[in-house]
Amino acid sequence: MKFGVIVFPGSNCDHDAYHVLSKHVGQPVDFVWHKETDLSGFDAVIIPGGFSYGDYLRAGALAQFSPVMKAVKDFAEKGKFVFGVCNGFQILCEADLLPGALMRNSNLHFVCKHINVRVENEKTPYTSELERGEILLIPVAHAEGNYVCDDATFAELEDNNQIVFRYCDESGETSDEANPNGSRSNVAGICNRQGNVLGMMPHPERACEGLLGSNDGRDIFRSLTNTIAKSN
Amino acid sequence: MKAKVYVTLKPSVLDPQGKAIHHSVELLGFENVADVRQGKYFEIALNTTLSEADAKVAAEKIAKDILANPVIEDYKVEIVN
Repeated sequence: MKFGVIVFPGSNCDHDAYHVLSKHVGQPVDFVWHKETDLSGFDAVIIPGGFSYGDYLRAGALAQFSPVMKAVKDFAEKGKFVFGVCNGFQILCEADLLPGALMRNSNLHFVCKHINVRVENEKTPYTSELERGEILLIPVAHAEGNYVCDDATFAELEDNNQIVFRYCDESGETSDEANPNGSRSNVAGICNRQGNVLGMMPHPERACEGLLGSNDGRDIFRSLTNTIAKSN
Repeated sequence: MKAKVYVTLKPSVLDPQGKAIHHSVELLGFENVADVRQGKYFEIALNTTLSEADAKVAAEKIAKDILANPVIEDYKVEIVN
């Protein structure tokens, strides 16, 4: 099993992802510079958080034209796993690997705090070790996490169980108060129809060590590695 | 030849930045401003060898593929000599 962490100019959570995958998930992992065009040999790639291309034009907009993204699209089409976190989620939406878009937070603040998210679909490759309704404590750190899409797209997301995580309060209620950015229906993370591409605004790679306030992110990586182990 | 590209949020999309600007405009004392929407403006210099029609096609494609995100934004292209 091998993981790749894609590195764009301006990525800044790439080392966190690498650290968690190698130290806590215990799997081989390589950085993949954005000019690479070959992802053979990898089972899953992480598109990490940060400010690819300085967030110029729109967050994630320019990264979609990096050479590696053609390979990422082919990789996803083959059913391999593509996991975008924060800026990675923004890039996946801009690259049309996930539907919708992430806009400026409705409160205009950069939101940086631990937050509760509820597991909405436990049947994805990324949540198989979790239960529906389980609440995870995972930090967010973003200014553009306000998920928007049109009504038809939203109906499709709901019908196909593509909403994987929602922001909630401590008791699991998805209230407006628990929504940090104005995201439609408290959406914190979605997958594509096939389930192999996941994007989420919260940072599970920052929630894998008790010292950092939460271990809950490990279950997401554990789900993914178990899924890959079963499929290989 | 120059292409002017205007990118604006779709009317259905909320614009929190426009709202904040509107609020500041009101604080400045302008009471008759109903709404403010923020957008982007691009000037693209094109080779003079292009015909106006070809320039329009090229600029439309640039606007559609890069400058605007069709999920949330509309665009308008003008060609000026």
